[in-house]
Amino acid sequence: MRLLEFLENPRLRGGIHTDGHKLLTSGKPIETGLPIPKKLYIPVQQHVGKPAEPVVLVGDNVLKGQLLAHSQGTISAPVHAPSSGTIADVVDYPAPHPSALPIRTIVIETDGLDQWQESVVVQEPYKLDPEEICLRVGAAGVVGMGGAVFPSSVKLSLGRKNNIHTLIINAGECEPYLTCDDRLMQERARDVVGGIRLMLRGMGAEKAIIGIEDNKPEAFQAMQKACFSIANITIQQVPTRYPMGWDRQMLRYLTGWEIPADGRATDIGVVIHNVGTAYAVYRAVCQSQPLISRIVTVSGGAVGKQMNVEVLIGTLMSEVLNFCHVDKSKIARLVMGGAMMGDALPFAEVPVVKATSAILALTQEDIEVPDVKPCIRCSSCITACPAGLLPLEMASRIRANKLDAAVDLGLKDCISCGCCSFVCPSNIPLVQYFKYASGELFKRQQIQHKSEQTKRLAEDRQNRMERIRLENEAEARRVMEARAARAREAELANAQATQIKPENAAAEEAV
Amino acid sequence: MNSKPVSGPHVLTVRRVDAIMFKVVVALLPAVGFGIVLFGLPAFYLTVTTVAAALLVEAVCLNLKGVRVMPYLSDGSAVLTGLLVAMTLPPWAPWWIGVLGSVIAIILGKQVYGGLGQNLFNPAMLARVALLVTFPIEMTSWVDVSPLFTGISLADSFGITFGQSYSLDGITGATTLGAVKTGFSQNQTLSVLLSDYSGFLAFIGWERGSLGETSSLLILLGGIWLIRQGIIQWTMPLSVLASIALLSTLFFAIDSQHYLSPWVHLNSGALMLVAFFIATDYVTSPNTPLGQIIFGTGCGTLIFIIRTWGGYPEGTGFAILLMNAVTPLIDHYIKPRIYGRYRDGKPIEIQNP
Repeated sequence: MRLLEFLENPRLRGGIHTDGHKLLTSGKPIETGLPIPKKLYIPVQQHVGKPAEPVVLVGDNVLKGQLLAHSQGTISAPVHAPSSGTIADVVDYPAPHPSALPIRTIVIETDGLDQWQESVVVQEPYKLDPEEICLRVGAAGVVGMGGAVFPSSVKLSLGRKNNIHTLIINAGECEPYLTCDDRLMQERARDVVGGIRLMLRGMGAEKAIIGIEDNKPEAFQAMQKACFSIANITIQQVPTRYPMGWDRQMLRYLTGWEIPADGRATDIGVVIHNVGTAYAVYRAVCQSQPLISRIVTVSGGAVGKQMNVEVLIGTLMSEVLNFCHVDKSKIARLVMGGAMMGDALPFAEVPVVKATSAILALTQEDIEVPDVKPCIRCSSCITACPAGLLPLEMASRIRANKLDAAVDLGLKDCISCGCCSFVCPSNIPLVQYFKYASGELFKRQQIQHKSEQTKRLAEDRQNRMERIRLENEAEARRVMEARAARAREAELANAQATQIKPENAAAEEAV
Repeated sequence: MNSKPVSGPHVLTVRRVDAIMFKVVVALLPAVGFGIVLFGLPAFYLTVTTVAAALLVEAVCLNLKGVRVMPYLSDGSAVLTGLLVAMTLPPWAPWWIGVLGSVIAIILGKQVYGGLGQNLFNPAMLARVALLVTFPIEMTSWVDVSPLFTGISLADSFGITFGQSYSLDGITGATTLGAVKTGFSQNQTLSVLLSDYSGFLAFIGWERGSLGETSSLLILLGGIWLIRQGIIQWTMPLSVLASIALLSTLFFAIDSQHYLSPWVHLNSGALMLVAFFIATDYVTSPNTPLGQIIFGTGCGTLIFIIRTWGGYPEGTGFAILLMNAVTPLIDHYIKPRIYGRYRDGKPIEIQNP
């Protein structure tokens, strides 16, 4: 029975072993000497939710850490000045996105002084009210640093309302090449643990579990040392197996619990935060520093000096690449984020944003994709899928344009982790099929929504016209009736008059 | 830099279709080599002819299909099919049997369905069964063991494969399973029939049989190597072998004079080949581990039934084809459980831990 239970609910499903390429950068300290660029490009939308609204005008002088745009609505995050200088422009500038479509961006011409705005440092941060912690985190513009960029304060406040008992800190960092979290834990473990304590307090949760992949023993030791004396934070090593950092996979491995397909982690009393977010929370609350910089892994075959570097938000990627001695002629693909789920960027003249965990300059060799061959149904993709889907069957449905059949097979549960494409011996771009299908379904939904809307409007109009017609008719009838009634009345009156007359005459005669 | 939209993952594995096929061929080579050593040059000629025919037919089909031939031909699937067909033939069969086998396997078994990955039935087993029912004499002339360079002259061996007339009378006999089947029809008992059966010789393969199927040992080793290489999973071979072992043990315990012992059942190269190389064919077997166990158990059970009560001494080909036909059904019903959902697709209930 136990065996059956295990087969049905293994702690770890699917996943792949990638060639990590992590040793390129994991042994080197975080580089903090990147010169302040002449210009910083800060998009007002670097998070999930509504874009922030600028509160500065062109020509304003700003200090480091000053608010540039405040958050709009419940799910949003503010952005701050990464360095001191003058607001040069508020323009539409290409976003770090595969499309590179322009979005609203605040451009700062830096003065090189890097002068902080005045701020009050909290004396006893761990005794702050939970609400106060959430407010400070929100005001500092902290978002999920693992790449999801969901505003952290929203997650913390949600946690307070939902009786959260467990905080999971995701330090899996399973993506190839990435070591920014690894280095962060190795070098700034105490700050990270401080952030976790603040998060626990902010949510009113009892305990935290940190999951670290077992290919980061130094980070594991550093973290263990840092929270040695703290009883309610435990650290667990998890197997190195992409996508270990998928929050639901991490949760299942650490606790055995599974989140319902239509629910969230909060439904079962858990909140999952990235380890980088914990560090940002620490900086926000304990040092009153908003999120204006982040650690970025710069790696890949075309990079001369692979490293982790602390980069001001808004620095152009091309400047970071120059700093790391990138051979531009060798770049075959520029990727923001990890090599599995990151976005390919069309050019490097885009800013580093809060979501930029890595910049990978990959050479032709790194991304070599041989010809696509027919599927041989080897079922490697099924074994590799962490979500328990049938990628090969879904792809064949999508190829036949039977998107609904693909949805029946679980297309909507796909997390686009790329394991299936990675293992496919025929090099079929399976994830691309699923992304296409999801986009297409969304489009169809939009079209259907639109046509329903149009139909409703048309129906409304028809009803209205009908009503007007009926009303007109009724009015006409009423007028007619009224006229007829008047005519009848007049006739009646006439008739009475003539009748009365003879009567009168008779009476007169009688008299 | 390109501006074509590309999606992750930006790195891939180094596993390739041709590498997989190549490894399977390598795993088969010891058994084929042993067959050639055992039965001499005719076996070698037959193997080469069959594989060459498979490649040629594949190339013609690809050409007719209007695709570039080389990238598909070099994926190694045609070589593998040809080799598997050759392995199931009697070692001294004439050349045209091999060619016909390859034609059936590649055209009827694979290309008419749309090529690699599209076929419903295992091409090699389809060819084997088609040949067996069409040419029963040629397909059951089991030559005695006559090792390479000892028995017949070079010219004679050429004549056996490519010539018109070479009498095989006197140097052929039945396979163990065949002899048992015939013996039963003459009301003989097992102890008499198996009096000269040597389990050990059969295990290493020193006995009459198909070209590449005599040595259980070498095929088993090849299969284990494939499992260790991660090309095939252990579930499938184990379920085939375990189901036969279970059934034969049960019936042997009931009546040891009329039912072969599990040892004789399992100690068969044909069974090993099916368990490790045919049932595990990606294209024609179910996708999920549970589906594979069902498939394997079905194969094992059918093989036992055909061997024991059927009209043919060996039932591997038929068993595989029958189970191939059920594969889409198995795949339809046996699916992995999706994360956060029950098997029926409904989201799991919230349980507060």
